[in-house]
Amino acid sequence: MALPPMRDKFIFSPWISLAPALTIIMVLLGASLFYAVAESVGYINAIGQTQVSFDAYRATLDPSSEFWTSLGFSLWVSIASTAASSAIALALAVWLSERSGNMDTLALNWNLAFPHLVWSVALLLFLSQSGLFARWAASFGLISTTADFPVLVRDRFGIGIILSYIGKEVPFLAITILSVLRSQSVGYDVVAENLGANRWQRLRYVTIPQVLPALLAGSLLVFGFIFSSYEVPALLGVGYPRALPSLALRFFLDPDLRARSEGMVISLIITLIVLVVAVVSLRMGERKE
Amino acid sequence: MKRFTAYSLRVVLYLFLVAPLLLFVAYAFSTRWFFPQPFPVEWTMTTFQRALNDSRTLSSMAQGLWIASLVSILSLLLALPAARVLGLRKFRGRQLAWLLLFLPTVIPPLAIGMGLNILFLRIGLAGTIAGVVLVHIIPTLPYTIFTLSSSFARFDENYEFQALALGASPRQIFLKVTLRMMTPSLVVATLFAFLISWSQYLLTLLIGGGQIITLPILLFSAASGGNPSTIAILSLLFVAPPVLVIAFTARQLNQHGNEIREQY
Repeated sequence: MALPPMRDKFIFSPWISLAPALTIIMVLLGASLFYAVAESVGYINAIGQTQVSFDAYRATLDPSSEFWTSLGFSLWVSIASTAASSAIALALAVWLSERSGNMDTLALNWNLAFPHLVWSVALLLFLSQSGLFARWAASFGLISTTADFPVLVRDRFGIGIILSYIGKEVPFLAITILSVLRSQSVGYDVVAENLGANRWQRLRYVTIPQVLPALLAGSLLVFGFIFSSYEVPALLGVGYPRALPSLALRFFLDPDLRARSEGMVISLIITLIVLVVAVVSLRMGERKE
Repeated sequence: MKRFTAYSLRVVLYLFLVAPLLLFVAYAFSTRWFFPQPFPVEWTMTTFQRALNDSRTLSSMAQGLWIASLVSILSLLLALPAARVLGLRKFRGRQLAWLLLFLPTVIPPLAIGMGLNILFLRIGLAGTIAGVVLVHIIPTLPYTIFTLSSSFARFDENYEFQALALGASPRQIFLKVTLRMMTPSLVVATLFAFLISWSQYLLTLLIGGGQIITLPILLFSAASGGNPSTIAILSLLFVAPPVLVIAFTARQLNQHGNEIREQY
């Protein structure tokens, strides 16, 4: 909405109003980036080390370094969680959109009340070898000792981590898709049905193309979030292989301050990947409009 | 048959959503629930009461509440003027301002916290409430601004000019017109800034440096090797404010929920 130019003259520059918020964000992010880069090249004043070197980069990117294992693990977990969440969310949203009711949206929002940390803790209590499901399996006589129950959390393949993310991201993506489907004023679906399209054809040629931009943008957001978050893999993962953020933090908290450089290199790489994904996601969101 | 499938699918969905809460209650209020008993046999309040009387739990809650309150007030004060011009004005560089304010939602807290760690140590902010509040503002501010600016975009400034023409002072206009009309989104923005801060783990850990202990930090260390009852009780205390807020703002959530939920 364009305002008459005259009115703008009365009101001082918008940048004055933006200044407090922008300053605090830019100073903190700028300082964080500056120190991250400085420490990644070995400039750590606290231990009197002021020589710039790229040793940490070389050590991190060395073919035998744990970085590659962790990168692979993080990619596997993020891609598997994102793909599974998107598929389930799509099915759920399509199913819910065929039914009326705000109740379901409210119910999905309920999921917001549980931060990722709590949700992971719940999963731990449900799925661990002495958890609720193991107890139920035992009382049905399916297993006799706790060790018989499959290792579903703190497992080598990240199954617990993936399950945790699916539980949190399905409601998020389902609401995103649902809001697109519900905002369609024309019932393209009904038109297609009248033209003789069957259920599968309607889904394939009408519904999915409609929601695809929003779904892809949402999925990329989810991917970036999962790829860079620490709590869930730290709680539901194992020591090896560990997710990239866990590896970065381990280096960072190492009593040997020189290890911090490697932690910073990994953190910068994570940030770079997430930023690229975010830019792609933003582009997709724009194309929708 | 079809109706039955729909019905049972919906039951599964709802069960999935309330299951964590039921599980926490079962673990928190029971005692001597040994493997392989499928359900608790002995219910008790004592474990819960003992946890509530534990000074560590109490002080972590108090500290978390205090930090989250400061964070939400500060975010609101910083966001209000910014959201107003972003919602109401078109100016050169608006896109750039949006982009800069959008950055904290994509840059991982891990990178932010690690980068700021040494600086905060050097200027004496590490391990202090002030330092933790300052870093919590990074993730809360964008969401506060997004929520408020989308509401300002629907705000009609002519009400303010009307009040001005009728002789109201700038203060009166701000308090009685602007704030009054913005109340619903102000409430939502404040509550969500509060929740984002309340549930922040990594930034508190990296900047608080073990001296600022909030509930998520206690819960995380309990979950890495504590007993299930303690974990469940801490989880219940941790989700109590979010559950109340979600129940309270259910209606507004349909508008703003998805902007906030990813960070949260």
